[in-house]
Amino acid sequence: MEEADHPHHEEHPSYQRHHFESVDQQFDATNFAMWLFLVTEVMFFGGLFASYLIMRNWYYRPFVEGSHQLSIFWGTANTAVLIVSSFTMAMAVWSAEVRRKGTLLLCLSLTLLLGFVFLGIKGIEWHEKWEKHHVPGIHQYSIAAFLDPASDPEVHKQYPDDQPLPYDLAQKTEQYFFLYFAMTGMHALHMAIGCGILIFMIVRAKAGAYTAGHVTFVENFGLYWHFVDIIWIYLFALLYLISRHG
Amino acid sequence: MSEQHARTAENEHHIVSPKTYLAILFALLLGTALTVLASYFDLGEWHIASGLTLFWNPVVALAIATCKATLVVLFFMHVKYSSRLTKLTVASGIFLFLVLIGMTLADYTSRAWGRW
Repeated sequence: MEEADHPHHEEHPSYQRHHFESVDQQFDATNFAMWLFLVTEVMFFGGLFASYLIMRNWYYRPFVEGSHQLSIFWGTANTAVLIVSSFTMAMAVWSAEVRRKGTLLLCLSLTLLLGFVFLGIKGIEWHEKWEKHHVPGIHQYSIAAFLDPASDPEVHKQYPDDQPLPYDLAQKTEQYFFLYFAMTGMHALHMAIGCGILIFMIVRAKAGAYTAGHVTFVENFGLYWHFVDIIWIYLFALLYLISRHG
Repeated sequence: MSEQHARTAENEHHIVSPKTYLAILFALLLGTALTVLASYFDLGEWHIASGLTLFWNPVVALAIATCKATLVVLFFMHVKYSSRLTKLTVASGIFLFLVLIGMTLADYTSRAWGRW
């Protein structure tokens, strides 16, 4: 029995784990596990999305006027950055599949760079909220812009129809910014973790780890990166776009 | 052994071409442009019944977002070329998500706990 197994064992590529029958089986199992993880991620972000929908329904005016504080320009730019990064990531998977090491390194580096650009733009947006005292819970949250829209000329120029909110409703804008920071913050955390893994992958790719037929890691990381892209596509619609006309 | 071959043939690793990826990239950028453009217009509302109004702006924004997400899942994430197990996993994930969101929202909107 052992003699019969031995030659079979020799045929394994070095990257095939012993408990799998074949490389295909290993790929399928790992890929399936990655999808199950992403389903748990859907449920995790789903809780945030559900809270947002319920709170927006309850405190409609504060959520609409809170949303008017966001910049459509930066939001659109970041959406484009993330979509292009998804494209470069998909191309990285392709490069690994056709075993082109140079192209793979280029695609992974571009993806990392675009990830940093996204986080940088997010930083600009968050910094503006900090300066305007629109960070909930800390740094003296200010409701001035909602009690008197004319006191915030830049936003007032874009949304001249915004009415002053009564004091209790103006306070509820803090709920909007709480969810804004929770959702974009959780998303940015996923991006930052992704950037960390990308750096690890670039080092491994340089050593030729993904261009010798073993593409599982690149493929599964790609799934994660595209999932984070999808979350942003919905965040962009819900946080930035749907309240422009409310 | 023949069973092994059959299984491998069904799940043969499909390589998606750069051309396809490029087409999806442009479709996604076009979708982004469309959804931003649509947000600049007041698309109006539909009074279904008293107290029940559908606003078109969020409907359009979420519909375009869903189209973009579908393209990403099918092509960038290779679900179109994946095994039935993967397709089933993705479909049941989305279904479960919709059930949880739907049930939660139905509960919150139908309770007689007054207006805030």
